[in-house]
Amino acid sequence: MEVQLSGFLSSAAGGVQSVELTGETVGELLTSLELRYPSLRDAIEQGVAVAVNGEIYRDRRDQPIPPGAEVFLLPRLAGG
Amino acid sequence: MPYETAYTNQGFNLVGSRVNRPDGIDKVTGRAKYGADVNAAGQLVAKVLRSPHAHALIKKIDTSKAAKLPGVKAIVTGDDFPDHTGGNRSMMDILENCMARGRALYDGHAVAAVAAIDGETADKALKLIKVTYKKLPHVTDVDAAMAEGAPIIHDWVRTAGVQPAPTTASNVAQRSEFGHGDVEAGFAQADIVVEKTFKTEQTHQGYIEPHACLAQLGPDGSGELWVTTQGHFTFRNVCSTLLGLDVAKLKVTSSEIGGGFGGKTHVWTEPVALQLSRKANRPVKLVMTRDEVFRASGPTSSTSIDVKIGAKKNGRITAATAELRYQSGAFPGMWAMFGAMTSFACYDLKNVKSVGYDVLVNRPKVAAYRAPSAPMAAFGVESVMDMLAAELGMDAVEFRIKNAAKKGTKASYGPIYGPIGIGPTLQAVKDHPHMKRRLGKNQGRGMACGFWFNFGGQTCTDLNIGVDGSVNLTVGTVDVGGSRASLALIAAEELGIDYDQVRVTIGDTNSLGHNDTTEGSRGTFSSGMATIFAARNAIEVLKQRAAATWDIPVDQVVWEAGEARAKGKQNSNLPPLTLKEIAAKSPRTGGPIAGHNEVVADGAGVSFASHLVDVEVDPETGSTRVLRYTVIQDAGKAIHPDYVEGQFQGGAAQGIGWALNEEYIYGDDGCLQNPGFLDYRIPVCSDLPFIDTQILEIPNPNHPYGVRGVGETSIVPPLAAIGNAVSNAVGVRMNHVPMSPPRILKAIEDAAG
Amino acid sequence: MNGVTVSTTVNGDAVQFVCPPSESLLDVLRNRLNLTGVKEGCGTGDCGACSITLDGRLVCACLVLGAEAEGREVGTVEGMSENGELHPLQVQFIENAALQCGICTPGFLVAAKALLERNPNPTEEEIRYGLAGNLCRCTGYDKIVRAVQAAAKIMRKGRKS
Repeated sequence: MEVQLSGFLSSAAGGVQSVELTGETVGELLTSLELRYPSLRDAIEQGVAVAVNGEIYRDRRDQPIPPGAEVFLLPRLAGG
Repeated sequence: MPYETAYTNQGFNLVGSRVNRPDGIDKVTGRAKYGADVNAAGQLVAKVLRSPHAHALIKKIDTSKAAKLPGVKAIVTGDDFPDHTGGNRSMMDILENCMARGRALYDGHAVAAVAAIDGETADKALKLIKVTYKKLPHVTDVDAAMAEGAPIIHDWVRTAGVQPAPTTASNVAQRSEFGHGDVEAGFAQADIVVEKTFKTEQTHQGYIEPHACLAQLGPDGSGELWVTTQGHFTFRNVCSTLLGLDVAKLKVTSSEIGGGFGGKTHVWTEPVALQLSRKANRPVKLVMTRDEVFRASGPTSSTSIDVKIGAKKNGRITAATAELRYQSGAFPGMWAMFGAMTSFACYDLKNVKSVGYDVLVNRPKVAAYRAPSAPMAAFGVESVMDMLAAELGMDAVEFRIKNAAKKGTKASYGPIYGPIGIGPTLQAVKDHPHMKRRLGKNQGRGMACGFWFNFGGQTCTDLNIGVDGSVNLTVGTVDVGGSRASLALIAAEELGIDYDQVRVTIGDTNSLGHNDTTEGSRGTFSSGMATIFAARNAIEVLKQRAAATWDIPVDQVVWEAGEARAKGKQNSNLPPLTLKEIAAKSPRTGGPIAGHNEVVADGAGVSFASHLVDVEVDPETGSTRVLRYTVIQDAGKAIHPDYVEGQFQGGAAQGIGWALNEEYIYGDDGCLQNPGFLDYRIPVCSDLPFIDTQILEIPNPNHPYGVRGVGETSIVPPLAAIGNAVSNAVGVRMNHVPMSPPRILKAIEDAAG
Repeated sequence: MNGVTVSTTVNGDAVQFVCPPSESLLDVLRNRLNLTGVKEGCGTGDCGACSITLDGRLVCACLVLGAEAEGREVGTVEGMSENGELHPLQVQFIENAALQCGICTPGFLVAAKALLERNPNPTEEEIRYGLAGNLCRCTGYDKIVRAVQAAAKIMRKGRKS
């Protein structure tokens, strides 16, 4: 699937905007992303969020990614 | 075990009703215990010595005289906090913020602390500590800090997010870019382009209860902390990391919390109190003064923002850009990044780009403040939206409706939206009777939209049924605004019992698994979800007990209206068993009946609001009066409408204060000049009208009841809504918040030329 | 410590305490008499969280010395309920959801009680100005004003009957 990167995650991956990856869950996706771009390890370790079809997942690594889903990697959010 | 979190359109008996909160009587009688309201036998009182300089090398700290003062039991400085962070820079930033390490980075930065037998002695001891400073050049303004030749706050900071990676130090900690399309091509297509620069000043969350804690840490490394916090589990983790403790050996109990709004998501003095206690081997109470709260606990960023939007004559936006410069205080933050993510999130844009710069200055470490970073970005964007609508000769609401994001829109921060509520809130503004109120002389109307990401996170609850059928629900999310009432409603709804039968307690860190901090509008969303599942687990046990009592298979038992009913003709002779009856027999049918749940409550969904305001500006004094204010926001499902309205009204009031009065004023010496409620003026009762609210309920597809968080979004639109109203009233575009009387007068005079 | 011995009345009860001459009545009430319903938000008379009455007059306890309580009558939130019954203001604050975090609530209740004793039938504006010395950061004051209006109405009815 095509995973889109944004913000500092894109620059940490050397400026790429999108990357072709495999994975049936958010967790599998992040693992394969880290293998491809070791420079993203710190960012992933500190927390990222993954938008699957527009819904943002911060923590649930077991979240399934349906085939054809739009997947977007975002910085982890903070709140008040 | 996975839980079904999808929305089911179920009917409700209790959810949605306006019951009295369970902690109400404690709070109206003065019995409720807040951070400063408990004491321990033999406790010491701690006070903190703070830097009077904006930026200075700490050459020497001589504590010898203070240590000899009778009654002084422990003194700590930066040297008493060895580095346990294992190279984690953001943890080190927290530690260095709690106690300076060789350098004072802002006016108010802690440099030493004392624990003594009473406050008077501790105060005397502080005066006996001699600190030798060497003043360094300082910078407190965000634009000045980015300029060539500005004093560098940290020589180790290299700007992240730029290619190639820089090799020299900068005050810009991070650059973040979001967007899509081709903005240059988009602006080329535009008939009209509006561009404007905005500034917003630094504000404080302004909770009425200062930070306070009672710390006890023994030489064996085990201890207890009673503290006012939005997240006691997070405080436990952070304090344990900073002090090299085992997480399980530090029990943290959250007191009643006297307001937080993001400011109590961070530790400020708690590790200091714990370390003093370890050194003195006695309990230590540390309560910040109001002056300390302002000077040394989390305000939000001051900002400088450029916004440019272009549109066709037909009202369709062709391109939009924003550059957002946010200061994060003396330590790196991600606040401009959130500003860049949220700035254009309300709109459906083909070509959009927002760039955030997180900037270091000599001010206190910035903390989250309710929808952190979004209000400032909205001030810039929503002001330009109004200016553009005026240029186009379009109604400001119609212009927004025409460009509003909807299901399927590619959000400015990246993903494609599911069902969202911006359109319905705008339509509600258009239809609202407030729009028909006639404006008088010197009056103006303004509206603005706001967006915030909500989130859920780690949550753990316990539900225990007593032998009399009353229910204890223990949750780990701190109740900041009435969530205990909402959670009791949910538990009672699920079990089919009376609201009054449920008692909700906030468990300490030793009685539940980890719960994330109450932030991101997550309290009722996530603990509500965990409460639903815990109650359903308890119902499974209740059904099993009933089945055993009847000696029938459990799959022939259903739970309806608070009782177990046996299904099928063969069971028609079995009268239902109520929760009370099953509970009464529980000691002999298998022991206590409980339901437990731990969940990662993702899927909070994004949140939108539209605000409408009428103001009157006195042209002689420049003073602004809010005449009428209306908040319209999507709550998904309002569990307890009173407290949803309360969140809407409270956020609006904070935004009104930010828009009109509140600001950190720094002198040329880099010191804060107004660290008190007299000179930092938050709205008082006579400043405000009633704040009308309209709750929209567009169910969140990812919550069983359709709940969305409601806590934060209400602070996003007010700066811009009031900015638009004031601009309309005086006929001059306001671009600097707060719009205090002198700023409004100056704007009017400048325009008159 | 060169203490001052002070005899006073707190919520109707005779009380004696010893405190340094420089100690505020707020610290006395909280730390010596354990009346922690009186809150400290600023210590400079700006927030009203420590509102109490001194001989029936509304004051900030942080601006009064403990020694000044000598021979006076002090009223705090802890004395608002009588004969086990909540004061109508207390009831209406709960009924109208006039509190979120609740830290300002004791001060508001004491201030509102003093207001209604002076003016049993205040207009909205009189309530807003009457309570302008008390800061609330959670509610935007909307439900507080409504609670005071509701309590005033109930108290007026009670007076007539």
